[in-house]
Amino acid sequence: MTGGPLVLGIETSCDETGVGIVRGQILLADAVASSVEEHARFGGVVPEVASRAHLEAMVPTIERACREAGIRLDDLDAIAVTAGPGLAGALLVGVAAAKSLAVALGKPLYGVNHLAAHVAVDIVEHGLLAEPTIALLVSGGHSSLLLVPDVTHDVRSLGSTIDDAAGEAFDKVARVLGLPFPGGPHVDRVATEGNSAFVAFPRGLTSGKDMARHRYDFSFSGLKTSVARWVEARERAGEPVPVADVAASFQEAVVDVLTRKAVLACQEQGVDHLLIGGGVAANTRLRAMAQQRCDAVGIRLRMPRPGLCTDNGAMVAALGAQMVSRGRSASALDLPADSSMPVTLVQA
Amino acid sequence: MLLLAIDTATSAITVALHDGERVLAECTTLDARGHGEYVAPGIAEVLSKAGRAAADVSAVVVGTGPGPYTGLRIGLVTARTFAFARGVPVFGVCSLDAMAHQAWLEDVSGALGQSCVVATDARRKEVYWALYEISGRGVRRRGEPMVAKAAMIADEVRGLPVIGRGAVLYAESLGPRIGPLDVSAGALADLAARMLAAGQTLPEPEPLYLRRPDATPPPPRRPALP
Ligand SMILES: [Zn+2]
Repeated sequence: MTGGPLVLGIETSCDETGVGIVRGQILLADAVASSVEEHARFGGVVPEVASRAHLEAMVPTIERACREAGIRLDDLDAIAVTAGPGLAGALLVGVAAAKSLAVALGKPLYGVNHLAAHVAVDIVEHGLLAEPTIALLVSGGHSSLLLVPDVTHDVRSLGSTIDDAAGEAFDKVARVLGLPFPGGPHVDRVATEGNSAFVAFPRGLTSGKDMARHRYDFSFSGLKTSVARWVEARERAGEPVPVADVAASFQEAVVDVLTRKAVLACQEQGVDHLLIGGGVAANTRLRAMAQQRCDAVGIRLRMPRPGLCTDNGAMVAALGAQMVSRGRSASALDLPADSSMPVTLVQA
Repeated sequence: MLLLAIDTATSAITVALHDGERVLAECTTLDARGHGEYVAPGIAEVLSKAGRAAADVSAVVVGTGPGPYTGLRIGLVTARTFAFARGVPVFGVCSLDAMAHQAWLEDVSGALGQSCVVATDARRKEVYWALYEISGRGVRRRGEPMVAKAAMIADEVRGLPVIGRGAVLYAESLGPRIGPLDVSAGALADLAARMLAAGQTLPEPEPLYLRRPDATPPPPRRPALP
């Protein structure tokens, strides 16, 4: 065995059917089938549509990953799968497929936490994690600030969103601005042409009182409403809406709070490594501002390339490979899918 | 031949092994919500009971429903993935057919008569159902399975024996009850083995959802201003 355990990871917590294959710290395959286009006309992910798509995509995606990696399933050392959190019906498809592989091949099964997997994926890009590290995970489903002493075993929550996830705010604001779903990439694109100081949108949970109670928490619901009100006031006055400027100003408000709190957490926790992951970590402004702010105070910043930030099977395989390498025992074959799996539970 | 049979279309999470002649082992758990937990352990259990290895399985057959979607999909994805991993074929059989077949196998007194109904729980106060004709050689479904309120089909099926949980849930509209309440993978395997032996082509392992996903495009944006 060269380079560590060969692990296949399955991810189906939302609308991407992901199958990744990792050997130790090396990514061999990352096959993803997305049902995002089927959800676009509904303006958000429809769970039943996603679950049906997972069933149809599962075997073809496993097949594609094996071909990409140039391996046979019998070569695997273990199977890993997202056990939660996520959409219950969608998770169940991936968990059932992973269990079936484990039984059919006689291989150990690791049911893992989706959020820990978002952290672990950077191992295949930038090598083993510094321990501890602070992780900022931002996507359509989650916005969390974590302290990670050991990604296979010990993940602690410092804060999270108290209402909408950051990615959700991007989707909703995109809708207000007449941009397509999913909103993140479209807001990012039009914002490059806009003035980010055009409107001073509110920075949620950053006032003195909020910093006492919600030091590392986020809130994006008020920001979203504030953007909607601003746009409507313009429309009612019969004035054109400067879409690029509003998008840039909104994005600036989100990114400002995310990076400010992440850097603060590093400083206060005495941790000089920050990792950013999740779908929103593909945002170009977030990447630029995080780099700038980390450089200013001497924090080492790690960000997987955008393709590995969104949900995929490689992240699950990467975490599974670490669990095998560190000798963690396998999960039971009757492990449940847990739609509200706490971030502190790394393995099911 | 070693046939692995799986069904998760009813409250039974059921797995069986069949050697072409008889059922070697069967494992059934009754739990309307636990499909995700019990299918894979069930496969491990029947293999161990029969003293066989996963690599000995030569084909997989799965109940294609109709049934509540979340549970149904677990059987289908398990069967398809297992078959792919072992490089063996995977077939589908309508789960209602497996229930009618079981009732026929067990019907020593001829109580089934010449026709019967299978009606299972479709939730939302509805049943998945189909009509069957009985003969000495077995059961034959008349038409495609459907989903309807029990009261809506009461006239059409009046007086016919009813197989499945629908007969218990909607006794005021349907009945008399006869045969199994849920699917047995042993019966599913037996039906599939007979079809294969007779040279019949078995259906693809495609789910019979019968309903579209509940989803409507969102209404036009509501004003945030009062
Ligand atoms: Zn995610």
